Amino acid sequence: MLQSVRQMNFKSGFLVLCGLMMVADLWLIFQVAPTDAVIGDVQRVFYFHVPLALLSFLAFFVVFVGSIIYLVKRSPAADRIAYSAAEVGVVFVSLALLTGIIWARPVWNTWWTFEPRLTTTLILWFIYAGYLMIGYAAPNRAKGAIYSAVIGIIGFIDVPIVYYSVVWWRSIHPAPVVGPMAETGSLEPVMLNILLVSMMTFLLLFIYLVMERASLRRSEDDFRAIRLALRRASP
Amino acid sequence: MIQFVRPILVVTWKDILLEWRSRDLVVSVLVFGLLVAVMFNFALNVTPQRVTAFAPGILWVTFTFVGTLAMSRAFVRDSEQGGLEGLLLAPVSRDAVFLGKALSNFAFMLLVETLLLPVFGVFLDFAVLSWSLIATVALATLGFALVGTLFSAIAVQTRSREIMLPILFFPVALPLMIGAVEASAAAIGVQPGSVFSRWWPLLGAFDALFLVVCPWVFGAVVEE
Repeated sequence: MLQSVRQMNFKSGFLVLCGLMMVADLWLIFQVAPTDAVIGDVQRVFYFHVPLALLSFLAFFVVFVGSIIYLVKRSPAADRIAYSAAEVGVVFVSLALLTGIIWARPVWNTWWTFEPRLTTTLILWFIYAGYLMIGYAAPNRAKGAIYSAVIGIIGFIDVPIVYYSVVWWRSIHPAPVVGPMAETGSLEPVMLNILLVSMMTFLLLFIYLVMERASLRRSEDDFRAIRLALRRASP
Repeated sequence: MIQFVRPILVVTWKDILLEWRSRDLVVSVLVFGLLVAVMFNFALNVTPQRVTAFAPGILWVTFTFVGTLAMSRAFVRDSEQGGLEGLLLAPVSRDAVFLGKALSNFAFMLLVETLLLPVFGVFLDFAVLSWSLIATVALATLGFALVGTLFSAIAVQTRSREIMLPILFFPVALPLMIGAVEASAAAIGVQPGSVFSRWWPLLGAFDALFLVVCPWVFGAVVEE
């Protein structure tokens, strides 16, 4: 009881910190950060896009590690963390793709191009959408956890191969559109600092969401166990 | 060595025998493959001038569809009437069961591809009998069979199994698709032959990686 109260206090504190950081981050992005000389205000989407993309990669790495631990040790905690990270990761990677599309249209003059990083990110989206779907399609919760773990491992080790196959494919079929920002140049120091603040903010958000989701998942498991026990007790 | 290989071949032989006695899968998959090829002709308006440019893509999209269709049936026969439980009760390692199933899928896909290739050669006007094309088909099909067998073992136990297999399989198999299309293009003379040194190692690396990982995770997939 005391422990759960302490946990609650910790989480609420984390949430408040996260909220304050988010407000500060928005202020920095829209008030402090200088407007890009070449591409203008649309460059500000970059402060959301980069943290979202990098953290989704982190999320899928967490899924990979959690999946291995689950398959070797069958620890329910590893499954809960992996599953929660996958859910948050899919949300983050979807947002990263959307913000990337918003950025690409004015800067590259195209919504989408099958460039290695974009393609790999899209494939990540597909793999981890499959990861989430298999959990629901499985005949029961325990099987679903195993299937998800298998996808979490196979999907992650496949990513470098996807990346290099598209790099080599691109070297044969060059990109039709090359924008002024196709090669990312060096950043202004103030822009870089704001990007780092943004990264920290989204990292906190990520940790908070995974924590919250994992504890919710634990409650779901407890609830399922209680319901099963009740059904056994009163036929 | 022989103790390890024998159970694999026994599992493969069981599948081959089952297919030989019914022959329903080869025929239906073959007809489906031909239909896809005809559909492509009208969808892309394949004229003689640009036929070789389209040929590798048409070939591998057809093979992928055909392979997915065939592999979605790989565990259906076993899961009916408790066949899979019987297979798992056999005193052999799960690795052997997986490799046996993967080998029978590999053989099955190769058979269908061998039957389809001459027809494609006629439709799309390219030389089928070249070692580089055969090597490409074998390398890519091995990867398809390994990952496809694992995912079909998962998909067969889920609801909506027909759609789960391609959803899981296609994203992971994308490097195979890219490598197979590019290497086939070189084999039929659309791309320079120098690209083999890039795509064959890619296909080989994919095969080797999943040859190690898939049997390991298969044990967890089929456990009760």
